[in-house]
Amino acid sequence: MNRLAYALAMWIFFLPAALADETLDAIVGQYREALKDASPGELFVDLGEELFRTKRGLKHASLEACDFGLGPGVLAGAHAQLPRYFADTDRVEDLESRLMSCMRQLQGFSEDAFPRHARSDPRMPDFERLAVYVAAQSNGMKLAAPLTHPKEVEAYRIGERLFYRRAGAHDFSCATCHMQQGKRIRLQRLAQLTNPGEAQGVFTTWPAYRVAPGEVHTLQDWLAICYWASRHPQLRYGSETSVALQVFLAQSANGGVIAVPGVKR
Amino acid sequence: MKRAVLGIALALLAMPAPGQDALAERAEAAFIASFAGGEPAVLIRTGLQDEVQRLCSEHRNAPPAGLAQLIEGAQRAVIRYPARLMGDWREGERIAADFTGLRYDDKPGQPNGGNCYACHQIAREELGAGNVGPSLLGYGKARGWGVAAQRLAYERIYNSQAFTACSAMPRFGHNGVLTPEQIAHLVALLLDPGSPVNR
Repeated sequence: MNRLAYALAMWIFFLPAALADETLDAIVGQYREALKDASPGELFVDLGEELFRTKRGLKHASLEACDFGLGPGVLAGAHAQLPRYFADTDRVEDLESRLMSCMRQLQGFSEDAFPRHARSDPRMPDFERLAVYVAAQSNGMKLAAPLTHPKEVEAYRIGERLFYRRAGAHDFSCATCHMQQGKRIRLQRLAQLTNPGEAQGVFTTWPAYRVAPGEVHTLQDWLAICYWASRHPQLRYGSETSVALQVFLAQSANGGVIAVPGVKR
Repeated sequence: MKRAVLGIALALLAMPAPGQDALAERAEAAFIASFAGGEPAVLIRTGLQDEVQRLCSEHRNAPPAGLAQLIEGAQRAVIRYPARLMGDWREGERIAADFTGLRYDDKPGQPNGGNCYACHQIAREELGAGNVGPSLLGYGKARGWGVAAQRLAYERIYNSQAFTACSAMPRFGHNGVLTPEQIAHLVALLLDPGSPVNR
């Protein structure tokens, strides 16, 4: 009898959360379905293309000759092979660090043109638009981030270490929230990032249109928000930590099909 | 005895991590250079790990049994207690729902929240509870509200790693996120027969 009462009690206890979860998933799912053919994110892709082709900066040049790894001006499939090592800067760069490198080299922009921190920096919208435009040119392609150059291997190992690095008043690391399956913070689902399927779902859908702020955000934005919520200081835009974590995540997500802009809460 | 265990534990914890030293140093340098801005205290605290954070990171939260025992003993030995272990469950309810405090743009000097609902189901009425930690509904009903139960609940919130080394739960008292008095209010929320946890 006790066991039955316990089972019944447990069923009732878990019912509200489970129901709330299903309802939430259903709502976001319906939203995604409704937006499939005309996502507001597409507008940002168009704005990004316009900006990409506009002559700007001291050198009055566009970004059309930017080399994202497959050669100058080759955009198709480039994002599907990022982050990667670039010989001209002698470092591993993600999509957004590469945009900054091209803006320096081709357009003559200086550091004060770049956001200091992804989250809420007033200079972010241009980067979000450029990033989503470039990323969208790899839609339908499989992610194949390389891990061959010694600096790519080093970045992977650093990213892996930092994924597990606990610090701050709350003892948090990325792994605190992203190592188990089926977990939530409040109603926010947490991806198990060491699981290829779940890592693919995350990595292939950024930059994404976020419903709540009504804007396109990038993976750098999202990492900055994660560190903010986990009681870390402000993550510097394009910092080594932000790139190394993406190299680590990309290896877990390789094989996933790029589909940007994703639609997220 | 307690003091001897603590002494040995601290001596062991102070030893440098074996192997991977060059990579560890590279990763630490990269990490420290990657953050700037906000409250200086937050910058310092995340740049410098304490020994328990360093060991749990190194062992990816699965320390060998001997080390786990040392961590638990050392953490238990430094728990501080308030005058009364049972506070006011109404205050506890407020602290459990409060998610603010210690983010880089939070105003310093304000009391911090516990943000307990991020990970735990507590009162049945709150539907938007997370599930990283176990449900705490009926916590007091299952355990009673005697002094032993109060002490255990207090210690678990004050320092979860006194029981489970490298637990995912923040060491709320040990790290100064919550004061001993705030934790006593949470103890009341968990144990008081009148609290929504046990009604």
